[in-house]
Order: sequence, then structure tokens, then C-alpha cells
Amino acid sequence: MRLPLEGSQAIARAVVAARAQVVAAYPITPQTHIVEHIAKLVADGEATCELVSVESEFSAASVVLGAAVAGSRAYTATASQGLLLMGEVLYNIAGLRVPLVMTVANRAVSAPLSIWNDQQDSMAMRDAGWVQLYCSDNQEAVDTTLQAFRIAETLEVPVMVCVDGFTLTHTLEAIDLPAQEQVDHFLPPYRFARTLNPRNPLSFGTLVAPEYYAEMRQLHHQALLDALELIPAVDAAWQEVSGRSCGGLLRVEGDPAARTGVLTLGSIFGTLADAVAIDPACGPVRLMHLRSFRPFPAAALRAACAGLERLVVLERAISPGASGIVTAEVRAALAELLKPPCVHGFAVGLGGRDVPLDLLPRLLASLPETPGPFRIFDLDPDKLPQEAL
Amino acid sequence: MNGQTISIEALRSQQPRYAGLTAGHRACLGCGQALAARLVTEAAGPDVIVANATGCLEIFTTPWPESAWRLPWLHSLFENTGAVAAGMEAALKAQGKSTKVLAFGGDGGTFDIGFQALSGMLERGHEVLYVCYDNEAYMNTGIQRSSSTPHAAATTTSPAGRARMGKRHLKKDILAIIAAHHIPYAATASVAYPADVRKKVRRALAVPGPSFLLVHSPCPLGWGHDGALSIEVARLAVETGLFPLVEMERGSLVGVLPLRAPKPVRDYLALQGRFAHLFADDPRAREELAHLQALADANIERYGLRAGGAGLDTESADTVRRGGGQWA
Repeated sequence: MRLPLEGSQAIARAVVAARAQVVAAYPITPQTHIVEHIAKLVADGEATCELVSVESEFSAASVVLGAAVAGSRAYTATASQGLLLMGEVLYNIAGLRVPLVMTVANRAVSAPLSIWNDQQDSMAMRDAGWVQLYCSDNQEAVDTTLQAFRIAETLEVPVMVCVDGFTLTHTLEAIDLPAQEQVDHFLPPYRFARTLNPRNPLSFGTLVAPEYYAEMRQLHHQALLDALELIPAVDAAWQEVSGRSCGGLLRVEGDPAARTGVLTLGSIFGTLADAVAIDPACGPVRLMHLRSFRPFPAAALRAACAGLERLVVLERAISPGASGIVTAEVRAALAELLKPPCVHGFAVGLGGRDVPLDLLPRLLASLPETPGPFRIFDLDPDKLPQEAL
Repeated sequence: MNGQTISIEALRSQQPRYAGLTAGHRACLGCGQALAARLVTEAAGPDVIVANATGCLEIFTTPWPESAWRLPWLHSLFENTGAVAAGMEAALKAQGKSTKVLAFGGDGGTFDIGFQALSGMLERGHEVLYVCYDNEAYMNTGIQRSSSTPHAAATTTSPAGRARMGKRHLKKDILAIIAAHHIPYAATASVAYPADVRKKVRRALAVPGPSFLLVHSPCPLGWGHDGALSIEVARLAVETGLFPLVEMERGSLVGVLPLRAPKPVRDYLALQGRFAHLFADDPRAREELAHLQALADANIERYGLRAGGAGLDTESADTVRRGGGQWA
């Protein structure tokens, strides 16, 4: 059923269709509409979940942790400062191997204070041990949300579904909402093997001394690596149900014979695809959407780069004093190739700065033969002090 | 007796009571918290699940792959126990189950770092019994002051020295703050009165909505007393008025343990190394002793603990007379 829905509304409907039993969240721009829509669906009797309106994101993450371990499918959503406030709990959820799904409405991190979109927030949680899936449009946000529950519950790992704040969360699109029977067919009822149960009492979250710690980390690491196979498999299973795919680990589009590749994450993938389609100045380009950032699909990326002479990485976050976070990982993955493409890394669209259609042709025209240091591409020199130039 | 003997282990195993926390854990000798947790789970179990904050109780009961718990138990973090318990309760509600949720924290996880999550849990009315095992400092990290540490007590971060008489600030009145949430039931208890602890746990679990129990739990290592004297020390805290045993419903005082003849605070303080500096020949020490006596006297007045001739004898009563005292 295709409906004109705001991204947040569509995600809320997907969460309800997934039969989430406990939802806990704290409002933060630009995530707010998601929980407001869920609250409205509950108020209208269209959803039966326990909605817990907590006093902080720290508690939101803690409530869904407790709920999932007590045997209920649970969901939360946040952004930016809220995600950082959750940080300690996110590591804990992942280490306890609790299956949860969270939407991150990607937003810049203060300071400077910005409510607008980039991906610094989820990148800051890169090493928390969650699966991280990025969505390029709102249909993918709906489909990925449903897939996320199945991935989480199969591997007992939490899954973060990253959608660009405002660009996706606040934008209306025609969305194909799956029928409840389709969702029920795809997503079996929640079952957690280690559910806290007085008839079979387990101790959960115990103190682990050095003689066991590394092995537990290995098991967690292996579960994330196992997701490299599960993510495309779940995407394929969903395609059988819905007819739609989200691109598995890495969506590759454009000219297969191109010598130039462009890789990005999130909603600017669509902008780049439009730019390549309408502006001949771009030349032949192979476009890649890195859907799965954790686990990092190094092998899929190497295969996708076959025949490329150069790969441009456009990312929405930086690691100050080092490089782009995605760029560094792409370089590390491609270093295993005999003839790796030159990797040019840039940050664009930080703090909600618009990424216009002509950015890509301008950027490609300015590329040097050999990659320079990672930099923020769309700086305005007039706004910087002279000594910084 | 017929000349028969029974070992302590056999005696324990033949107790008809449910045991949620069994022997073999690694608590210190005389640990008040271990005793309190056993009493609470005996009265609450077995149809319960527990959320436990980081702290001594978590550490000494669960060195992987061992566990002293015989009930479903989760430790997440230090400061989120109220919220984790709230999530458990929401999940059980969603599943239509009647299993009760208990939350355990020390004074650090309750008075200080976990206070926000606890307040949120109470405000939202989650049906959870939150038990704070109050040993009046951060014992797990090695005896640092908390907002529950009594005035003038020495800890490693509020030591006594030439310029200071231990902790400068007052013990936080957590019960009043909890009661201000107007929850159905909030009470204090002490390991020196085990039947009272059990009774309060049963009462807390019988009322719908959130409940809170603050259990005074001596820490021989942190308080500097002989582990064999834990119960005596705990009882003196009650008998001096420094730790009044009270019950509150919807924010109003409904019951107290009356004191027929309150004892001087010196009797309590003198047994503990953390107050040793108060017995030096120093005018400031004498002033602080008088201050602590005044705090105990204020408690006695405030909660109406003075029983006159009609009150129960605290040496043997082990019960709380309901209806005593007025909220002042």
C-alpha cells in the first residue's frame, strides 16, 4: 500500500508492524517525530506496545535493555547528544548480546550546537559493537527497520538503523508500507534464549576476570562478522516478501566500466545518483552506497572496486586530527588489493550544509592525480580567519 | 536434642525458606549487604527477577562462571538500575505476567549516580521494589564518601586530618526525597531487625505501584568495626535515632519503630573506626559529637520515635508498630 508519509511516520509504522512490545524514548530533534507518531498510534489504539516516556536517553537505552532481556521485542530511537548520552549503555547492550533495534536520526554533535544533519553521532558509536545500517531513502528506512529486528534476533546483536535527520525524517515520500501479514511472515515472534525467567534462573552481566574476557570479546566480534552473511541473506528474504532490496551490504550502481568510483553513506547517495544522471561533466561513475558500516564489508568493497582507478569517499563526519573515519577504513580494506584504486577522501555536508547537485562534478573536476590529505571539501574560505588559510 | 548434632550447612539446606542468594559468595566477614540481600530475596522470591546495580553485591556474588544467585538476575551498569528494572516491568506487563521486579543498588547507585533513573522509575509508576543496601560510602571502590555517608565520618575521600573532621556534609535524606514522589510505599529497615525487613518486603510487594526500601547494612571494612559486631552496630544506629526505622505511604508517615530509651550516639560511634577521630581530645571533635547527638535527637523528634513507657522494647521487639508518630 503506497502512502504519502513523512519518513518518521513511516518508520513509526514499521516499528508497530514489527510488533515491538516495549518502546522507550526521549525526544530529541530530529528524532522526535518518530516517537510522537508511535505515541499517537498507541493513543489511537492502532499499536498495543508499552510506551515508556523516560527522563533521558540514558534511561531509554536502559529500559529497552531491561525489556528485551525480560522477553519483549523492544525499540528506541535517538540522535546526536542523545546517542552520546546513551553511549555507556550501548556498549553494555552489545556486550550482553541483547537483540535491540534503534533508529538514529543522524545529526551533528555539539559544539558548535547544530540540530542539522551529518553522521558524526553514529560514527562516534562505531566501536560499540552494534550493527550499523545506513539508509539512502525512506523506503529503505522502512524495509531496513523490519530487517533489523530479524538480524538482531538471529545473531543476538543490537542493530542501529541510521537515517539522515530532516533529509529523511522530515521528508514526505510515497512509501510502500508492507501489509501486516507480510511482516508477520517475515518476522517471527520475539524469542530470546536467555530471557530472565524464574523457572530457569540465569545470572546475566556478571563480573568476568582476565581468563575469560578475551574469549567473550571474540564471540561478540565473530557475531558481527557473521552479520556479513546474514545482512544480505535477510535483505534477500525481504525481497522475496516485498519485491524490494536495500542493497545488502553495499549497493553498487552506475557505469560498470567506469574508472572512477564514488562511495558514500545515507541520503546524499540519491543526490549523487541524480548528479551523475543529469550532468555529463561527472563522466562515467560507479556509485556505491555503504549500507553496512558495521560489520564493515571489506571483501564486498574490494570486489566492487574491481577495475577502478580512483575511488572518492564522501562522508559526513571527521576524526579531527586524523582523517575521515570511513575513508581510513576504505583505504585499509583496499590496501589488500594488488592494484588498489587511489582513495580520495572528503567530508561534505557537515552540520546540515547543503550538498547541491553540482558538488560532485566540481569535486571530480578538481581531483588531483594522487590523493591529497583528507579534508572538508565544501569549506568557504571567506568564513575562516586568514591565518587558517 | 537426643545427642544429635547438625552441621550449619545441613541446617541451612533444611530451612523451609526459599533462598534466592545462596552461600559461597565472596562477601567479607560480617557483610551487612550480603545478609540484607538474603533476607530480601527470601521474602520476595521465588517469582521475581532482579536488576542489580554495579557494586559490591554484584561483584561478590557473580565471578564468572560462578553465581550465588538462584533467581533470574541481571547486572547492567552502575547508574541505570531504576531504568533497567522499569524496562523489565514494562516487558512483563506487555506479556501479561505477574512476576515481580526487584531492583538492587548500593547507596552510590541510589543516592548519587543512579538517582535520576530511580526518580524516573518512581515518577512513571513502574511496579518495582527498589531496595537500596545502604552502607554509607562507595565501598566497592575502597571506601570513598557518598551523599549517604554520615556527617563527620572518615572515608578515603573525606579523611579526618589536622584541618578536617571527616565528611563535612550531612547524610542525604533520601527517604524524604523518595517519599516526595508520593509512591505507595517507602520504608527504612535494618539488618539488625530481620523479621522487620521481611515484613516490609512483603508489604512493598503487596501494594500496586513502585515501592522503595532503604536497608541499613553495616560494612565492617568501611566502617572499621569487628565483623562479629555488625548486627550490634546496626542495632545501635536504630537505637540512637541516627537511623530511624519508618514507613511512609503516599508521602505520609504511617509507622515507626519507637525507642523506649534512646541510647547516646557515642555508643554507636565508639565501635567504628570511621568515627575514631571524634574521640580525640580536641574541642572540634567534642563539637562534632554534640552535632551528631543533635542530629539523632532531631530524628527522634521529627518522626516521633519517643515511645514513653508504652513503646516496644527495641532490644527484642523486632517489629514496627504501625501508626506511631506524626510527620513533622
